Amino acid sequence: MSEPILSVRDMAVHFDVRDDDAPGLLTKTKKLKAVDGVSFDLMAGETLGIVGESGCGKSTLARAIIRLVDATAGEAIWMGRDLLKLSDADMLAVRKDIQMIFQDPLASLNPRMTAGEIIAEPLKTHFKGMKKAERREKVQRMMEKVGMDPTLINRYPHEFSGGQCQRIGIARALITNPKLIICDEPVSALDVSVQAQVVNLLMKLQKELGISLLFIAHDLSVVKHISNRIMVLYFGNVVEVGTSKQVIEDPQHAYTKKLIASVPIPDPEKEMERRVERRAKRAAAAK
Amino acid sequence: MNILDVKNLSVKFDTPDGVVNAVNDVSFSLGEGKTLAIVGESGSGKSQTAFGILGLLPKNGHTAGSVKYMGTEILNLPEAEMNKYRANEIAMIFQDPMTSLNPYMRISKQLTEVLVYHKGMSQADALKESIRMLDAVQIPDAANRVRMYPHEFSGGMRQRVMIAMSLLCGPKLLIADEPTTALDVTVQAEIMDLLIDLQEDFGMAIILITHDMGIVAGSCEDTLVMFGGNVMEYQSTVDLFKNPQHPYTRGLLEAVPRLDQDVDTLSTVSYDFLTGAKS
Repeated sequence: MSEPILSVRDMAVHFDVRDDDAPGLLTKTKKLKAVDGVSFDLMAGETLGIVGESGCGKSTLARAIIRLVDATAGEAIWMGRDLLKLSDADMLAVRKDIQMIFQDPLASLNPRMTAGEIIAEPLKTHFKGMKKAERREKVQRMMEKVGMDPTLINRYPHEFSGGQCQRIGIARALITNPKLIICDEPVSALDVSVQAQVVNLLMKLQKELGISLLFIAHDLSVVKHISNRIMVLYFGNVVEVGTSKQVIEDPQHAYTKKLIASVPIPDPEKEMERRVERRAKRAAAAK
Repeated sequence: MNILDVKNLSVKFDTPDGVVNAVNDVSFSLGEGKTLAIVGESGSGKSQTAFGILGLLPKNGHTAGSVKYMGTEILNLPEAEMNKYRANEIAMIFQDPMTSLNPYMRISKQLTEVLVYHKGMSQADALKESIRMLDAVQIPDAANRVRMYPHEFSGGMRQRVMIAMSLLCGPKLLIADEPTTALDVTVQAEIMDLLIDLQEDFGMAIILITHDMGIVAGSCEDTLVMFGGNVMEYQSTVDLFKNPQHPYTRGLLEAVPRLDQDVDTLSTVSYDFLTGAKS
């Protein structure tokens, strides 16, 4: 971990939205600042967790980096080149190295394609000359790697459970040997028993393959478990960034403190104490 | 006397592929002003247990067993009889407050109609009572906001409206089905704290249905763990966390990463107990 592979500088994503409060008859627009000047570095082989509540801009930030939405300002330097300035053709080449995993495992898979076709699709895009037999072999090896039975290659997404679908999503992301995977709430739709399996799988694969992860989630406990460093977003701004230990044990920003105090802990005695503390804080704030 | 005594409750659904046994032989009892958690993963039957108790199953659903409310059998009562218990005695709140509120009606109308229908109040009295209840769930400026539509409220505020609506008729039992799952964690803490505060003020018993062991730990005297429609474990929450008896409960507790602990690898839930193998 020396040189960052991704440096995001002052990234902003603003949307025009209708302004219902504006005076006059004509429709007016106002700026919604979804991401408002975010900077961070991601090292090779590192997992950076991004947490924040719904609407804080964490998904928009991720989408802006790989240009699924247009950034209003800023830079995203990937191995010395600004992703935001690349031509479409150059960006396509970069996408081989930056893959994404989405939240809803079933919705992010085409229901009319088999597991094999889904996992093989990036190969068809990025390795056009590859022979069919080689593709199939690669897909089967990848299915094994993510803990799936390769004989299920011809099954359709609806025939798999949520956890299995997420494994297909992970296999699709890994098939091009990427250097970075952006995971947007990859486990929040899963039951806790399945969540544990998928989190373990992601951590194991990362260690084996040395890839970097941008791990976006709203569940601070999961983010803390998987990340080397954590970045806390609040209304489009970074309010805190540090190692997982620093952020959880010694939070600096008031929002981070509130977030940590709100995460339920499966221990009845601790929870009781925390409720009393929260109640005292609210009583003090009301005065 | 217990508020609720459930004995051997089972819920079955007729489907084109045969009968689905969603809930099998669930028994528990709940004292006045107490809180019971029903915890389980998706498909465990925790919500269907609640729907079965309240007679809210779809047409192809059937219940058997016994549900006694204050000593009176209420399972499979005719719809008109059951409606006397709903809202007045037993109220329910759901996961997604937006889909539970009518988007075309002002909050005032949605709240007052409960009181007009169940309590026979005049519109003016019902409105006064509704505003008082919105105050109780800490919605600021309730007298003005009562005129608003659901979309003008945030998710947390909508859930407060739902809680206010459920408490209007002073129920002795509130069934909360994943009441905070759709909310941000900071809002979740506020809503859970509010529910506990209201429970102290109004003295109702609560059945809290959730998948989150952390929520269970903070709010409930007793816990019932369900898997595949069956009860895995039923005991006091403190003992359940200190000394979980069933391998599935242990598995669930260990599979969740915790803010106050560090582990290298998360343990996964073992289903060996299904086949009788030792874990």
